[in-house]
Amino acid sequence: MINLSELDDLLFAIKKQFDYDFSNYSKASMMRRINRFMDLKGMKNGVDLKFELINNPTIFKTFINEIVVNVSEFFRDPSFYKVLTTAVFPYLDSYANINIWSAGCSFGEEAYSLNILLQENNLLHKTRLYATDISTNAIEKSRKGIYSNTNFKEYTKNYFECGGKNSLNDYFVSDGKDSIINSEIKKHILFTNHNLVTDGVFKECQLILCRNVLIYFDNELQERVLKLFYDSLPIYGFLALGKKESLRFSAVYKNFKEIDGIEKIYQKIK
Amino acid sequence: MKEAILIGGSAGAFKCILSILKAIDRTIEIPIVVVLHRLKNSKSNFESLLQLNTHYTVKEIEDKEPIKKGILYTTPSDYHVLLEHDYTFSLDGSEAVNYSRPSIDVVFESFAMIFKENCMGILLSGANDDGAKGLKLMAELDGKTIIQDCQEAEYNTMPLAAKNSYKHHQELNVENIIKLLNNEYK
Repeated sequence: MINLSELDDLLFAIKKQFDYDFSNYSKASMMRRINRFMDLKGMKNGVDLKFELINNPTIFKTFINEIVVNVSEFFRDPSFYKVLTTAVFPYLDSYANINIWSAGCSFGEEAYSLNILLQENNLLHKTRLYATDISTNAIEKSRKGIYSNTNFKEYTKNYFECGGKNSLNDYFVSDGKDSIINSEIKKHILFTNHNLVTDGVFKECQLILCRNVLIYFDNELQERVLKLFYDSLPIYGFLALGKKESLRFSAVYKNFKEIDGIEKIYQKIK
Repeated sequence: MKEAILIGGSAGAFKCILSILKAIDRTIEIPIVVVLHRLKNSKSNFESLLQLNTHYTVKEIEDKEPIKKGILYTTPSDYHVLLEHDYTFSLDGSEAVNYSRPSIDVVFESFAMIFKENCMGILLSGANDDGAKGLKLMAELDGKTIIQDCQEAEYNTMPLAAKNSYKHHQELNVENIIKLLNNEYK
């Protein structure tokens, strides 16, 4: 296990050597992930880990994939998607072309869930969805769009609770073990690497989703990222955060109207 | 001094928690964190039931808020809870541990590493073995660790698993847990 000063030391070395800046990530979560990674690789202490990372370039990629949390599911929090389709979609429909940004997209479940609902609400044909993540592994897996069948029972239940109009199976081809998402749903998404810490605005988007990402950042970084979202939204654009994340304590709060306080959906008003 | 009491449990633990809260001395104000396995997406009146039975203010943990005296914290469903070095909470949505999120192991380990000898962990009735690993680490870092009497616990899988992975936890029934808390913190 590593201690706090070893963690700071390690993060500094990573920043210098690889240009990834984790210094404003929440320390407790970082520590837990790093200890888990060390267990997995049979490393005993911080010195071993630092040595391996600096001298073995291939291990760094694995390290990044392991320490960022990439956990997601289809239609996570159905009540959220329900509010999104009823309160936000009609507004998006007034645009000739819709841009959406899913920031921190993990393995793509959220992006594909969204596109399924956009399709059912006749909006997908004019939508471009940008789904980004810091992890290359997550982006590669997202692009493939292949998911184990294990959790599909729950996904189906979630889908109907969201107000899904068809059958979830309509959107996948399944071989009994895995399911692959239809190309129709896939083709409106661009999966790409983006680092919220170092990269800036890349596109104006009328809807930004960043759910369960800010919890891994400290207050200072949360504030910086919220400012980035503010700058990426047009006036009357929407921002959706995770169920337990909030704009309330942020300086940008006064520029937003709360569309749904429980589902954490906000609209930029100035 | 920064200190905290952590209470973990699953099936059969809720009524024990209510008994403990009702009976502890009203001058005690050390922060308490309750980690109880609950169903995902379920709306329950868990917090209001706790509030009816305690002089503490009951509050669900929010991301990055500082831990404070006089408050009994509950963990939001579908998130792990971790403690930062500046004594603020962080939520974490990583994989379930022991099929649980929040997982008692994750919360206990995180708090044990920060509070060391200044925390007490109490593991109550439950039908799986979440918490055993966390309670062991807490004991190894000199925290006080208690398991519910395996004869008394409605489901003893949880305290028994803790007992089997570490021999030196104190094993007490609810009545004696209350006495101990009043002795220790009054």
